[in-house]
Amino acid sequence: MTNNIIELRDVSKSINDHSILSDLNLEVRNGEFLTLLGPSGCGKTTLLRLISGFEDPTTGTIFINGKDVNGLPPHLRHVHTVFQSYALFPHMTVFENVAFGLRCQKLPKDEINQRVAEVLKTVKLEKYAKRKPDQLSGGQQQRVAIARAVVNRPLVLLLDEPLSSLDYRLRKTMQIELKQLQRKLGITFIFVTHDQEEALSMSDRVVVMHEGCIEQIGTPRQVYEAPQNLTVAQFIGEANIFDSEIVAVDGNQLTVNIQGKHRTIKSPRSFAVNQKVHILVRPEDLRVWDHAEVENSNNMYPGVVEEVIYKGTTVDLMVRLANGQLVAATEFFDEDDDRLEYAIGEPVFATWLSGWEVVLPHETP
Amino acid sequence: MKHHDGILKFFSLSIIWLWLVIFALLPFCLVTLASFASHDDIHLLSFPVTFANFQELNNSIYVKIFKQSFYIAGICTLICLLLGYPFAYIIARMQSRYKSLFTLLIVIPFWTSSLIRTYSMITMLKPKGVISSILMALGIIDKPLSLLFTDTAVMIGLVYNLLPFMILPLLTNIERLDNRLVDAARDLGANRFTTFRKIILPLTMPGILSGCILVFLPAMTIFYIPDLLGGSKSILLGNLIQNQFLIAQNWPLGSAISVVFTLMLAILLFIYWRSTGKKEHREFL
Repeated sequence: MTNNIIELRDVSKSINDHSILSDLNLEVRNGEFLTLLGPSGCGKTTLLRLISGFEDPTTGTIFINGKDVNGLPPHLRHVHTVFQSYALFPHMTVFENVAFGLRCQKLPKDEINQRVAEVLKTVKLEKYAKRKPDQLSGGQQQRVAIARAVVNRPLVLLLDEPLSSLDYRLRKTMQIELKQLQRKLGITFIFVTHDQEEALSMSDRVVVMHEGCIEQIGTPRQVYEAPQNLTVAQFIGEANIFDSEIVAVDGNQLTVNIQGKHRTIKSPRSFAVNQKVHILVRPEDLRVWDHAEVENSNNMYPGVVEEVIYKGTTVDLMVRLANGQLVAATEFFDEDDDRLEYAIGEPVFATWLSGWEVVLPHETP
Repeated sequence: MKHHDGILKFFSLSIIWLWLVIFALLPFCLVTLASFASHDDIHLLSFPVTFANFQELNNSIYVKIFKQSFYIAGICTLICLLLGYPFAYIIARMQSRYKSLFTLLIVIPFWTSSLIRTYSMITMLKPKGVISSILMALGIIDKPLSLLFTDTAVMIGLVYNLLPFMILPLLTNIERLDNRLVDAARDLGANRFTTFRKIILPLTMPGILSGCILVFLPAMTIFYIPDLLGGSKSILLGNLIQNQFLIAQNWPLGSAISVVFTLMLAILLFIYWRSTGKKEHREFL
């Protein structure tokens, strides 16, 4: 008996000979908050439709709760979806919308009333039961959509970009509410988004998708700090990428050549001498010093400040390095450096603490 | 700019209103007036004012024609709905290039006058006509089938002529139906039948009602179809009114029939109006 509520084995989907998803293997653990993250068109909505039963996989098998569900229509699967635009029934009241699934199961009236009242209380909409959807705000409609799905006590709740049509502030609030709701209900959530910040802040695990393939599965920390390839690195957060090659290998200590300067770094992966690699440094790890602050510029890369963006808690810099590469750096105000005054055109040195970079094998773009 | 918009708005609205007043409201008032006039051999209309015309309508023959007309128009509307709804649904759910082709095919018959198309139906339906010949050639029937001058012929003619008026409003309405609502219902555990009954049917009700009204009203009053296809046997309200005006030359009685008929329809519409909420009014209109 495994603890996986959903399993996908070698699942592929093509529509009109056009491959949408290829050879996906995915295990969803019971009770987790899993996010499918990827740019639009990467197949994440299709994957959701395969799980909910609106589409059938071309090849491969999907198991829900240990049972092969191929060919099983959506209304017989114990998974429910919160649709992107909520898809609330406009001719029904909030109560009727939420009761819809229970009425389809032909439950006794008392039980329906009680369960609907309960779930409306959970999403703080008990006062709005008699309203029609068009008399509610976007955030309230969102809650009705969630209530309508969770009232049926699904094994898994699928959420297809449910927050994308809300404004920024409301989205933040709903993110927290959703996360709390998921903890409270203990239901497995599969959440689809193209917003990497949303994915990182809400999920137990993130599945990074790109062009119909799964690029990496891991905790938010793993996918951000240890991306498996360039695609993941560039999609999640910003990244400065230095093209480089290995000069020497000593265990997991590597010496690399970056823009003519040798640098010793560490990597859990093994590389060969002369192998081409990408060195990835996040903007917040990149330090920019002005000339007066620097005594020894051996490990540093000279450049010129091209853009200064003040953001309150940070200052974002764009620095043109001597070889023409443009890098982004985010500088935090702290005790060491509370001044952070940079002028456009000012010559500076950029560097980072060894160990904060990620080494990836070279990929041809 | 704003000022110009105002003038344009004023003109386009007032032209339509003027048009309706002159060619719809005024004639209706005249017909209502005429229905209270009396009739003799010398004058088309004469006074004193009388209720005799309305009393005459109580005659069983007129009551029968009223009943018959409502019955035929009702059946015709039902057939159009049963044929038109699935058709409209399938087309509305098609990919757009096929959709415009099929919509065009529905509209093409309008390029020829309905009267001419009805004449051509005579050739199809007469004893040695196309339908009869084909059925004979196939060996399905062994003597010529005479559909012409039967109620069936009238029904075929009515349905053929009025079907587009059912399909077009349904098509517009079903096209607007958000497919995600259907998905959502299925996702929440509704089977196909429940999804249709609880979601698709209520949401396309405005289209159904406009279609039914657009079919029912002309079905009662299109006089040339029963005339041409039904022969003398079939008299519907439209024919009755036409006969009173053109053949019997009894304008007051013809007017009285029109007024009663209009009132009945107005009452039907009013009942419908009261039975639906405010939102449906907007959608229907």
